[in-house]
Amino acid sequence: MNDTRTLSAEPAGKAPAPASSRSVRGLGGARHLGLVAALVLLAIVGLVTQPDNFATSSNLVSVLALAATIGVITVGMTFVIIGGGIDLSVGAIMALASVWATTVATQSYGPVVMALCAILVGAGAGALNGFLISYGRMVPFIATLAMMVAAGGLAQRMSDRRTQLVRPENDAIMALSTTKVLGLPLLVYIFAAVVAAGWVLLNRTTFGRRTFAVGGNPEAARLAGIDVRRHTMLLYTLSGVCCGIAAILIMARTTTGSSTHGNLYELDAIAAVIIGGTLLTGGRGTIIGSILGLLIFTVITNLFILNGLNTSDQLIAKGLIIVAAVLLQRRSLRSSS
Amino acid sequence: MTSNVGRRRFLLTGSLVGAGVLATACTSNSEETGNTNQQSVSTGGDNDKPGTKVTIGFSAPAADHGWIAAIAKNAEAQAKQYSDVDFKPVEPTNDINQQISAVESLIAQKVGALVILPNDGQQLNQVARKAMDAGIPVVNLDRVFPDKLSYRTWVGGDNYGMGVAAGHYIGKKLKDKGVAKPVILEIQGIATLPLTQDRSKGFADALKTYGFEVTAQQDAQFTVESGNEVAGNLLQAHKKIDALWNHDDDQGVGVLAAIKQANRNEFFMVGGAGSANAMREIKNGGVLEATVTYSPSMASSAIKLARLIAQGKGMADLVEKQVPQSITLASETITKDNVDQYLPLGFES
Repeated sequence: MNDTRTLSAEPAGKAPAPASSRSVRGLGGARHLGLVAALVLLAIVGLVTQPDNFATSSNLVSVLALAATIGVITVGMTFVIIGGGIDLSVGAIMALASVWATTVATQSYGPVVMALCAILVGAGAGALNGFLISYGRMVPFIATLAMMVAAGGLAQRMSDRRTQLVRPENDAIMALSTTKVLGLPLLVYIFAAVVAAGWVLLNRTTFGRRTFAVGGNPEAARLAGIDVRRHTMLLYTLSGVCCGIAAILIMARTTTGSSTHGNLYELDAIAAVIIGGTLLTGGRGTIIGSILGLLIFTVITNLFILNGLNTSDQLIAKGLIIVAAVLLQRRSLRSSS
Repeated sequence: MTSNVGRRRFLLTGSLVGAGVLATACTSNSEETGNTNQQSVSTGGDNDKPGTKVTIGFSAPAADHGWIAAIAKNAEAQAKQYSDVDFKPVEPTNDINQQISAVESLIAQKVGALVILPNDGQQLNQVARKAMDAGIPVVNLDRVFPDKLSYRTWVGGDNYGMGVAAGHYIGKKLKDKGVAKPVILEIQGIATLPLTQDRSKGFADALKTYGFEVTAQQDAQFTVESGNEVAGNLLQAHKKIDALWNHDDDQGVGVLAAIKQANRNEFFMVGGAGSANAMREIKNGGVLEATVTYSPSMASSAIKLARLIAQGKGMADLVEKQVPQSITLASETITKDNVDQYLPLGFES
């Protein structure tokens, strides 16, 4: 049992593989096709219902810019989930990072320090998550739940529950969303860069292969010589860093840091990862799938607002999509085994 | 020197009145102590002079929003201005259960009056009633208790009126401009709240008097980030907008950021609540031209009212000897012309 799982988990990133893993890769491709088809379907709905507004370049830019913040978080979440964990604290960590980076003290050092501060806060909180889970032997769900509550509280305390505006002299932060290169705001490029880096890290490095191995079967991974604890800790730190980057993007978009930022982002990110075909039990998944899953959600929001429909219906639609995606996922799993 | 003497006399009379009142207060309940003070009401306008010592208990939701933070701050600041008020705030909380037990603890301490902004009027009704039954007058702040036996006086804002004020500003301006079929957008707060529905109804009703209607309406969550997302999408849906009403200045920060990012300025925007930040934007002159108030200064007024009620006084400008049963504040429209007047009242979001 152990042996087969190690086999299918370890080489998933490498090209040559025994039959079982090849079918897994093929399925991944097919599922991406499904996601792309869903996006195309949504695009057709958009073109039919809003011919003047949907397919404009400014609308596409707007969708991408909206997706960027959660998108960056989703990349980190994909790693954590493939590694067999879960991170419920992403929204709260992002809020904390945005608050910490916009305090009067931090802002006095200028935009670069603000950005570094956000990333460091994210990395620190993520590392603490990882430490509690790997060395403290806490269940990920519990440890990150505790972090979610505590980081949210700390964010409220630091900001005195106020919305902290990014000061005018630090408008380089805002420039990330107002400056456009080739028609796209800079934050979309940051989003793209994070996705690209995540893809390379997951598919082209030892770190990525180890992530699949640890998520697929931690015991076998340990026997194969992987320091599972250290790796787990790194995964949560990575997720924290992504939250820090997302905090920079949310500051750019909203011109503020606030403890109310990131509310329920963890659910959106987890949903995107699951729709994207990553197994919640770990050991299998793709970055591209997660991003497609997220885009589906963002486009739905966009379509609903373009058509003047209300939020409740939008939530129902999203719920249905999650259920449909998981049912399809299970069916394809069964047919592959 | 003269001012010193005046001050001494003032303090002396104050303490004499206080002592006399204290003596009666020790032996009887607040109802009778009212008699000694009613004379001062008839002379009018001197309600701020120190009177009976009053302990005012205060309970409000946790301040995770600029407006509610301002409520707690205003209440405390107002209470501090009175030497005869002992202000007893309880830990603010968003948990109904905790707020109930906090109010119960204030009842047990036998405070002279209670000012309560409930998380939910319906759910805190019972404990407010308990206070009233125990002889403690309750000043109900903003979110109303359904049972009139549960409060002595209600003071709060006018959500419907807020919509009306926004509707009139937008309606009049577009009418004057002679826009035939204007595109009017509305960004609500949390759509499920009755207050949001009241605001929207007032807005629609006022616009109707000009023959206009809301073109599109979307809801946000009172947070900067939700305002940003909804506005970002709405701006895509409507290539040309004439006017936009955003219910809440806190989420308005996000709305304004989205407008800036989309590089749009063909329309004007009206805010809601009256935050200091919105007022600064109005003063600077930009897309945000006006905001309609739902002022947290009502907390200061509530403390004043609770003190008067406990001391058995009426409101100096009214003929009646007692404080009215309910006071609805008007929603005032702040524009560039009068913004300087309002800036000190603005709350930091």
